[in-house]
Amino acid sequence: MITFRNKTNAPNTNVKRGRHHIDSNREIGFITYMFIAVFLVMLGYLGYFTQVKSKTVINNTYNKRQALLESRLIRGDILSRNNDILATTRSDNDGGYYRSYPYRNTFAHIVGYSTHGVLGIESMENYTLLTCDANIVSRISNDLAGRKNHGNNVYTTLDTKMQEAAYDAMDDRKGAVVAMNVKTGEILCVVSKPDFDPNEVIGHWDRLNSDEENSPLLNRAFLGSYPPGSTFKIVTALEYLKEHNGDVSDYGFECKGSFEYKGSLINCFNETSHGWVNFDDSFAQSCNSSFANISSTLDKRKFAGTIDELLFNSELPLPFKYSVAYSDIGPDSSTDDLLQTGIGQGRTLISPVHMLMITSAIANNGILMRPYVISEIQNADGGVITKTRVREYGQLIDEQYTESLQKMMREVVVNGTAKRLLDTNGYSVSGKTGSAEYSSNKSLSHAWFTGFAGRDEPEIAVTVIVEGGGSGGAVAAPIAKRVFDAYFN
Amino acid sequence: MDRILIEICRYLIIICMSVYTIQCFAVFRFSNEYDRKGIYLRQNFFMVAIHFMSFLSLYAQDGDIKYFKAYLIQQIGVLIILAAYKTVYPRSNSLIINNMCMLLTIGLIILTRISYAKAMRQFYIIMGSAAVTFIVPFIISRIRFFEKFKWIYVAAGLGSLVAVLMFSAVVNGSKLNINIASYTFQPSEYVKIIFVFAIASILARNHQFKDVIISAVVAGIHIMILVLSKDLGSAIIFFVVYISMLYAATRNVVYFLAGFAGGGIASVAGYKLFRHVRVRVTAFLDPMGTITNEGYQIAQSLFAIGTGGWLGMGLGEGAPNNIPVVAADFVFAAICEELGVVFGMCLILLCLSCFVMFMNISMKFEDPFFKLVALGLSVAYIFQVFLTIGGVIKFIPLTGVTLPFVSYGGTSVAVTFCVFAVIQGLYIAKGRDNKKPYVPTPDDFKTENLNIVDLERELNDNV
Repeated sequence: MITFRNKTNAPNTNVKRGRHHIDSNREIGFITYMFIAVFLVMLGYLGYFTQVKSKTVINNTYNKRQALLESRLIRGDILSRNNDILATTRSDNDGGYYRSYPYRNTFAHIVGYSTHGVLGIESMENYTLLTCDANIVSRISNDLAGRKNHGNNVYTTLDTKMQEAAYDAMDDRKGAVVAMNVKTGEILCVVSKPDFDPNEVIGHWDRLNSDEENSPLLNRAFLGSYPPGSTFKIVTALEYLKEHNGDVSDYGFECKGSFEYKGSLINCFNETSHGWVNFDDSFAQSCNSSFANISSTLDKRKFAGTIDELLFNSELPLPFKYSVAYSDIGPDSSTDDLLQTGIGQGRTLISPVHMLMITSAIANNGILMRPYVISEIQNADGGVITKTRVREYGQLIDEQYTESLQKMMREVVVNGTAKRLLDTNGYSVSGKTGSAEYSSNKSLSHAWFTGFAGRDEPEIAVTVIVEGGGSGGAVAAPIAKRVFDAYFN
Repeated sequence: MDRILIEICRYLIIICMSVYTIQCFAVFRFSNEYDRKGIYLRQNFFMVAIHFMSFLSLYAQDGDIKYFKAYLIQQIGVLIILAAYKTVYPRSNSLIINNMCMLLTIGLIILTRISYAKAMRQFYIIMGSAAVTFIVPFIISRIRFFEKFKWIYVAAGLGSLVAVLMFSAVVNGSKLNINIASYTFQPSEYVKIIFVFAIASILARNHQFKDVIISAVVAGIHIMILVLSKDLGSAIIFFVVYISMLYAATRNVVYFLAGFAGGGIASVAGYKLFRHVRVRVTAFLDPMGTITNEGYQIAQSLFAIGTGGWLGMGLGEGAPNNIPVVAADFVFAAICEELGVVFGMCLILLCLSCFVMFMNISMKFEDPFFKLVALGLSVAYIFQVFLTIGGVIKFIPLTGVTLPFVSYGGTSVAVTFCVFAVIQGLYIAKGRDNKKPYVPTPDDFKTENLNIVDLERELNDNV
């Protein structure tokens, strides 16, 4: 297209007025093409940024253009996997628009709100909902007709029935329920209590924001940090299995309700004596004394390694905000810390969603699937803009130990602390309960249940925590059962 | 009704800009200005159309009559510059004039949108600079002994830079400006031109190893002073200009490669030595992670471009004032946000077409001094465009230079006028050389050297 005509190259012009002249047109041409090439790459980058990268870049709370876009187009809808509308924009009688959440409190934390700041999916996909990716002809014709364009719709992996079951089961108790598909990573329900009505955030803002005792705006399922209690025995058991190459058949312990070792005293829950227990019994009965005994034999350095492999003290492969799990076990830890940590007390902290991910990896033969909550973005005409791919995070736990752990967790339901989950209709549950002490008053404890269920093989995992709920088997397990029922029936 | 008008304008502006840009490259299909005349006229039409529609939508938005007034004087001003060049310098290159006026128009539009007061101030600076530099093509095309002043150029350039280093206040961590009365000058801008003349006069006729060393020392001192003033953008421009001129003058690719190897080492050294270089690199690598500090500017710029998308939010409908220094260094982000990335890409191509035309002119010269001057100025221009746009879109780390003719800033506009005027002068001078009767040599009559078509074109060109 562009030619460099070189008129001065006639033979007689090489010597002019007695001077030599430089004929560097080849070099000048080279410099020209070099810059053209650099500019083409830059244009390519700008196109790539606009088409691909900008979508994640602009969805940042520091981008102050939300109000501007909201005045120009209709914010898109958020839907459940059953195509129920979880958030939508309605017009009022004066021709204005307002955001509406038909399920009110039920999806409050996960769907969030966009009426007073943004939270939840409304925040994660803020600019997706405010971007119109409908085809250009319909956009232009809307523009010209003075009609507002519709933003994109966000389809979630949330299951309306399970969410409602979990929400109702929690009743007025504080805590969280979260469930996921162990084979795909789809998050199926996320409940956090106390809750709020996202339709009335503006009116109640001061109360919601200043209530530090209940923190109703906090999504406990992701951002809560709790002592794991006996659910952590999964980790301790895994470490013991690893140190004995999976063969623990010769383990035995006589439980007298407490265990004393090098000046540390560990009591069983309610100081129950479990009598003679083998490894599986210790786990099923959640015997603290036996697990303290087990912990006392562990290699601290390797134990710390296993804890870190389960993503404690590190970032999680999650697309939303969460709190990082904490454990301070290391080669220099004291014996007391080792025993306390081994039974899930000590200074260990974990979020419900992280516990769910560990459980889910055990159910899926050690492989953790990346959890996700947005399955698809569609434009207003139903055309798919992006679709989330199911992706493996990796082998979190070696497969040779997950089979033992699965059996042990099944034993918890059959013979142990979670017998309330034995009588189920068409599926079988495996899991672990926990009653985590959280204050110096030993009678106060958080009730945990984390487990998985399936018809033939594990399909979904559920984690429940009830703050101050007491016994995991009595309080948390029945809540999990209602979530399992909602999925399987 | 207003809404519809604004939307129609939004799409029409993008279409006009796209057609204009295509025509910028279509001119290269023809080899002489006569054949290109039709294209040039159409370009002027699109330029006026874009200016008009932009102000129509600004006016439609808040109904302020001041936009109407501003449009009238801006449009008349730009057309005066256009007409003055075309009538007083009939042998000048119209693509360069058109692009110059188009860039000024785009700058005035986006500045009016960002700040009415700044736009008006910029307008008067433009008219003043245009008037002062209007004589430059005449001088350049008449006077042929520019290359005799080589040590004067060196002294003037270094003197100005040293003055900045010693007397100027520190703004944003860099020493750039000199204040005289109430005016602020940024000497590194105009020293660029003097520097090109200095290097061209050193290397034009003599390029023995000794001359290369002399030129390298001169260039090195310039760049060192700029680095000490923390004016890194200018330092890099001077460096690239020097390497390009050295390569073209010596035709020795070793210097070219050695230059870039040296540049690479200097960049690493700069990164290790200077905190403000590390800040820029940190911001480039992870603007979102450092959004509260280093990455703030670049993140705001990316928000603007990303939110605007391909077609833009529409003039007056974005939030460009969220971007720091939006009128100067980040003007390209504001353009992308409101007029669209398509428009922004056209703007990039428009600058590139200026550069290609500059380089074409440089190639047509046989006089080595003017050839090098044209080359040096072209590279200085296009590399500055690359630095500012590349920085704003996070293609490269930010260096904080202006977009010539578009950004707000007096020195930048005046100096860019000067660069364009010098090239225009060279083009006119070249045209006059061609008018001298061509004395054929016996070689020309050998059949393999006869090119009838070319000869006819040559004649056309000279009539």
